[in-house]
Amino acid sequence: MTDHVGVIHKNAVMDSAPPRPLWSVILVRPETMTFLLLILAIFAGGQLSPYFLDVGYILDSFTLTAELSLLALVLTLVIISGEIDLSPASNMALSACLFAYALSFGWPLWIAVLVGMGSGMIMGAINAFLIISLQLPSIIVTIGTLTLFRGLAQVIAGDKSIRLPEWYIGIDKIYVLGLPAPDMIFIIVSSVLALILGMTIWGRQIYQTGTNETSAQYAGIRTRRIKAILFISMGLTASLAAMIYVSRLGSVRYDLGIGGELQMVLMAMLGGTYIFGGRGTILGTFLAALLLSVISTGMTTANLLPATQLCVLGVLLIISIIVTNFIYSRTQR
Amino acid sequence: MPDGTLQHPVICATGISKSFAGIEVLRDVDLDLQRGEIHALLGENGAGKSTFAKILAGVHRPTRGTIDVNGSQADISSPIAAQRLGITLIHQEPLSFPDLSVAENLVLGRIGGSPLSGVPWKQMVRDAEALMQLLGVAIEVSRPMRGLSIADQQMVEIARALASDSRLIIMDEPTAPLTPKEVETLFTIARRLRDEGRTIVFISHRLEEVRALCDRVTIFRDGNKVITDTIENLTDGDIIRFMIGRPLKEYLKKQDVTIGDIALEVEGLSKPGYFVDINFKVRRGEIVGLGGLVGAGRTDVARALFGIAPAMEGTIRIHGKPVTIHDPSTAIDLGLAFVPEDRAVAGIFRTLSIETNITAAVPNKISAGGIINFFKEHGLAREAVQKLSIRLASLRQPIGELSGGNQQKVILARWLLTDPDILILDEPTRGIDIGVKAEFYDMIGELAAHGRAILLISSELPELLALCDRVLVMSEGRITADIPRAEATQETIMHAAVPRSIEGRAA
Amino acid sequence: MIQKLFLRREAGILLMIILFCAFVGIMRPRFLTLDQFRIILLLVPLILIGAMGQMLVITARHVDLSIGSIQGLAAMLTALMFKFHPEIPWGLGFVVAIGVGIILGLVNGVLITAFGLPAIIVTLGTLSLYRGLTFIVSNAKQIDRQFVPAALKAMSQDSPSYAVPWIIVIAIAVALAAYWFANHTIIGRQVYALGSNPVAAPLRGIRVNAVTILVFAISGALAGLSGILYASRWGFVNPSNTGTGFEFQVIAAVVIGGVSINGGIGSIPGVILGVFLLGCVSAALPLLGIPGTAQAAIYGAVIVMALLIDRSVRIRANSALSGLQRGHA
Repeated sequence: MTDHVGVIHKNAVMDSAPPRPLWSVILVRPETMTFLLLILAIFAGGQLSPYFLDVGYILDSFTLTAELSLLALVLTLVIISGEIDLSPASNMALSACLFAYALSFGWPLWIAVLVGMGSGMIMGAINAFLIISLQLPSIIVTIGTLTLFRGLAQVIAGDKSIRLPEWYIGIDKIYVLGLPAPDMIFIIVSSVLALILGMTIWGRQIYQTGTNETSAQYAGIRTRRIKAILFISMGLTASLAAMIYVSRLGSVRYDLGIGGELQMVLMAMLGGTYIFGGRGTILGTFLAALLLSVISTGMTTANLLPATQLCVLGVLLIISIIVTNFIYSRTQR
Repeated sequence: MPDGTLQHPVICATGISKSFAGIEVLRDVDLDLQRGEIHALLGENGAGKSTFAKILAGVHRPTRGTIDVNGSQADISSPIAAQRLGITLIHQEPLSFPDLSVAENLVLGRIGGSPLSGVPWKQMVRDAEALMQLLGVAIEVSRPMRGLSIADQQMVEIARALASDSRLIIMDEPTAPLTPKEVETLFTIARRLRDEGRTIVFISHRLEEVRALCDRVTIFRDGNKVITDTIENLTDGDIIRFMIGRPLKEYLKKQDVTIGDIALEVEGLSKPGYFVDINFKVRRGEIVGLGGLVGAGRTDVARALFGIAPAMEGTIRIHGKPVTIHDPSTAIDLGLAFVPEDRAVAGIFRTLSIETNITAAVPNKISAGGIINFFKEHGLAREAVQKLSIRLASLRQPIGELSGGNQQKVILARWLLTDPDILILDEPTRGIDIGVKAEFYDMIGELAAHGRAILLISSELPELLALCDRVLVMSEGRITADIPRAEATQETIMHAAVPRSIEGRAA
Repeated sequence: MIQKLFLRREAGILLMIILFCAFVGIMRPRFLTLDQFRIILLLVPLILIGAMGQMLVITARHVDLSIGSIQGLAAMLTALMFKFHPEIPWGLGFVVAIGVGIILGLVNGVLITAFGLPAIIVTLGTLSLYRGLTFIVSNAKQIDRQFVPAALKAMSQDSPSYAVPWIIVIAIAVALAAYWFANHTIIGRQVYALGSNPVAAPLRGIRVNAVTILVFAISGALAGLSGILYASRWGFVNPSNTGTGFEFQVIAAVVIGGVSINGGIGSIPGVILGVFLLGCVSAALPLLGIPGTAQAAIYGAVIVMALLIDRSVRIRANSALSGLQRGHA
């Protein structure tokens, strides 16, 4: 009765469908689409302006979207686990305001950092509590908290612009190994998250939770803990991103990062993350972040109005999910 | 019983074939259905009877072949087209709109009337009540569908079929969740419909019911139609032989196993609304069956034991020590394993690889310090596949591409890797055809022989009788019987399974 | 019995309104005057109209995040027509606004049904797309008061007598139409059916794609209507302000009103009460000395609280019903 593994048993025509060839598994996936688009975009950019072929230029312009890219990385994990979080951009704004206020009171940096990180984590924990303990749907909860956090930022900061101390400004001017510091941070975080997602049990369990939460629970996987950690990490990342953001801008208002929800989700979708959970990679989001940076810079260089850029992003979002869904539905039988 | 052979058939199917993604599930089926008959479709899971019925009902379209309805060729392109032709399918789990009222469920989707026309509420309610009376069923038509028992939901579906004046009503495994009383009500209605000249197609596994109700029988096997004949011309032995292609192997021989100490002991386990005062023991090497009707609370007890939905009161003792189990990982650490009832919902990760599925419950065995050791994982998976004879093309492929039986084997493999002392199996052979069922029975027997304690929840009486040392029966949340192997028969089990309060309830 | 539970839900919202008004009224007696009531009424018509559309979308198990941008784009196109073609009768503005809304809603509906995409992401995309278009067509410039026809503005004027401003009449008419649609048309009931069990719907002869596209078209149409009424109410149209945040206010009202995110459940009266409650809250803020900047925060908190209430009601309902079910089998 024992069959040699790997050989299709003759009567087993109803036992399983034939497997996909290896080349198909490696190449026919959303990340390839992202990669090709990236090459295309750089090429098109190069046509627009010679600066595009200067690596330094591309790296410098990436700093403009580095913070949102960081958020997109962790958001990818959240989406793979089967949830969604639209609040990080507002979280970032509120953390930034609190952080900036702390510094402006003259408090030492480490206390301000604690304040910033603490508030980010608390906001993440609020999401976690509502979504996981109270089992409310994440889409509506995070729409509620995004409104709430942004509103609180508005209450706290009013219409004012909070200025940061001189010594804190200019993180994007610091170069580490030839890269601007924000880029470096992004690369480090991407690498760490990619390793976690691809090579650890914890990462594997994120995929399992997103593929079928009930099956995961029955298999002894602590899905609630995993999701809670993800939401809190999202909050923490938002506060870290906030601290980078304000160093780059030099001042902060309550409307920091407004509209960032769209870009975060766009990066995740362009990177091939499946909105219904269970699929996606850090590599994809990484490439998508680069892609979006090139596209944004390209649009600005081409003197497109911010409004037009907004339209382009909206259309891109729709097209990216169409293609991703298409690829996933075709390769699954 | 009217002699239908001289009349014009209401349905004449010729050469029906169907393939899904290159896999042929029906091959050249010819079948006639007469007016005024109850016609059974028998066959194992995957034999094609459900697919054929769905083709008649417009859910699938045949890859080849033609269907004549009332003498003229018909293209049953969708469920609505089928309804227009007078064909209605009553699903195994009745499809309904839980948030709408019963009356609305009866009306919605009926052909006719422009979309913007007003909803004639009063008329609807009156019509609905009339239909309920016709069936002799007492369901309040203004209440929402949510919360109705399965039997009542079926009644509503039948009422729908009548309301659209269906000439052909197909019932897909309708009796599984019903009490005997409800089954009798269903049969009475079916007979009445037949006497009115309608045709009923009855898909079932249960020979006794088919014999009690049906006029003719068609048997499917491996996608082919094997035979159509009147029920009197076939003995049970004939039927089984046609269904599985070989004489039924006697599974009554059971290995002699030394029964050891008590591995699992449950005392006074209660969860109001689900089960009350559950007491039992399972020893090493013992296979204890848990029988009863759907809804009796057996799966709830299992879920309580495994920590998914813990009980409110009571004690659980594992190897003599009292334990509290609040989540599955605790249960696993204590040596419990649970193969759930519905593998699609609670078992498999459909898009993930077979390897990932097999090792899902033993992260510690395939990792060091949190980092996965892919070689080890592959090795463990290969071993499992060989041991359980899982038929696949590649360990890398997504588990969703395997057949039902092989998927179930993967789930079993997953739990065997945890080396459990106590194994809870919930309907482990559901949806698996008879060849693989035999393999499972052997495997379960072997597991017991190796000293594991097994709690087998099953609705299939032959299965319980074949495998178990003792059979517990639950009814309405309580244990109503503890029957040793020697005294266990289909009657004794069924007797204990039927709720006392239902006896004498008006239909 | 669920009917009773829902009457309880609507009664619950009514109770919250009464309690809230009593609470505020104790601190600021001015709150309980008829004048104040009119102020509240004037705050809500736009949200009410938007909520009627959103309610249908959510009942069908989708969500429409683009209504704010539809309001903006429809308002802007209409206002541009007023500015550059003042010879066209202003009443045609309604046709333009609603027409634009329908088209934008159809785009949403078609994308969702043709490609099987999740509504949340599609409408997130069109939210940006439509907002961007609003900027483009207006050259990022506001349309000022003098270009908006006086007659249109008059529709919102709070007349000194007790005559009800037209804008409120329109809102009430829309609410009544929505009620009729949801409860007394076959296709309205199909929307509930679709949300209640999307799997069963096609097998029951419901044309899923058609119904889905329809609800998004209605949502768009009503958002467009709210666009021209924005011009009526505020007297100007601004590409960055008109409609921004509208979707959140509407969703807050719908969620308070008892519409379930899972579809199939929800009543028009409940949503109307939800809108009214939000109106009371908005009106109370200035009286209580809470700055306008806090409004967003309050809406966010309100959404979260409504979800909590919704959940506890549903849990109680489900356990009651499953108790019933146990009793059967």
